[in-house]
Amino acid sequence: MKFIDEYRSPELVSVLLKKIRKTAAALNRPVKIMEVCGSHTTAISRFGIRRLLPENIQLVSGPGCPVCVTSIKDIDEALYLAARPELIFTGYGDLLRVPGSHGNSLEKIRAAGAQIKTVHSALEALALARSCSDRPVVFMGIGFETTAPTVAAALLRAEKEKLENFFVYSCHKLMPPVMRLLLDEKALKIDGFLCPGHVSTIIGSQPYNFITETDRAAVITGFEPVDILEGIALILEELDSGVSGIKIQYKRAVNPAGNRKAQAVMNEVFVPATVDWRGLGAISQSGLALRAGFAFFDARKHFSIPEISSTTNSNCSCGEVLQGRIEPSECRLFGKACTPASPFGPCMVSSEGSCAAYFRYSRTIF
Amino acid sequence: MCISFPGRIIAFKEENCLAVIEVGGTEREVSLDLLGESVALDDYLLCHAGFAIHKIDPEEARKSLALLQEIIDNEIY
Ligand code: SF4
Repeated sequence: MKFIDEYRSPELVSVLLKKIRKTAAALNRPVKIMEVCGSHTTAISRFGIRRLLPENIQLVSGPGCPVCVTSIKDIDEALYLAARPELIFTGYGDLLRVPGSHGNSLEKIRAAGAQIKTVHSALEALALARSCSDRPVVFMGIGFETTAPTVAAALLRAEKEKLENFFVYSCHKLMPPVMRLLLDEKALKIDGFLCPGHVSTIIGSQPYNFITETDRAAVITGFEPVDILEGIALILEELDSGVSGIKIQYKRAVNPAGNRKAQAVMNEVFVPATVDWRGLGAISQSGLALRAGFAFFDARKHFSIPEISSTTNSNCSCGEVLQGRIEPSECRLFGKACTPASPFGPCMVSSEGSCAAYFRYSRTIF
Repeated sequence: MCISFPGRIIAFKEENCLAVIEVGGTEREVSLDLLGESVALDDYLLCHAGFAIHKIDPEEARKSLALLQEIIDNEIY
């Protein structure tokens, strides 16, 4: 396929690896690079990129999987809403098997009779609301800046059509605030970020300026092997010769200014809010809530959700995995009590979760 | 769920609010509501969750691949 196959060329991969080896040798110190996008985590595992890199270059996975970073309280509230007999609950398929505090999951309560439908887009949920006008349809919105504008656009349509039975339960999150938090984390010592390609398609490069201001490298990178290796090569080059601003490797899909129309749609509907992240706690201005003008569509406001006492399973190390403190294989349940077939935590549920990616692709070498 | 993919425009629908794109032999419909620029048949769009979010810039793609090819041709590494 065009714009994919060219970026899997073995010849380009091999020349980039040579370049990486040369700069890594010149740097002659351990370098830690974090990727904060679930699609990067999956691609890096799938193409076995970690194994190809020189010993002093370490790739660590950060909080880039939207399902994984959704707090247990949000999952519990979603379970409460989804179980209400009068409504139809919709969301992405990856959410179905995430365990809540009390052993339930959307999949389990659906088997017990709850009306839960998986969709690929907020527009599908909107179409459902149009066709079932006598029942409330709730869409659980998760995802970062790439996804939030799609939900905002669906809400603008709902407003235009004066739909009265479409509601959004927003768990959307923003990337730069959590990256800032991880960068400031002394123990983590991140030297550079592979910045998320498709989040950057929307927000552009400017929101990452704080990274290079602290002399750490930041390269907006695509998702094919050539993209990822070129992103790593650029990070090493920056560290070797002195960091000079955000670099865009993924130029075919990212403009420095981002997609202004999508930004405007997102800002019209959503406002930044302090929200809870799994394993990271509350982070200031790191999520998106519906603006007052869209309160009518806000599932949190429309349905009274009781206080639920949420508890995460203390045996699951997702919190540490999401912060890049440990690798999935360092969790004692990894591959034993916790597998994609019977997941313990969200990082093993979602196809973009670090634990699932490591399990699926790295086990084959053992 | 976060997957975004490139697809080629093969038709327009609903007064150009929707594009039909071809992705690896299958057809899908994507909304153009989030796209600020005008698009034409055969353009490639980056698509995410039912929406086109970017018109892929073939010139940028060509330039960056050409740069990498140059390294190979000149045997720099
Ligand atoms: S392996 Fe399972 S239990 Fe361990 S951190 Fe990952 S999801 Fe949690």
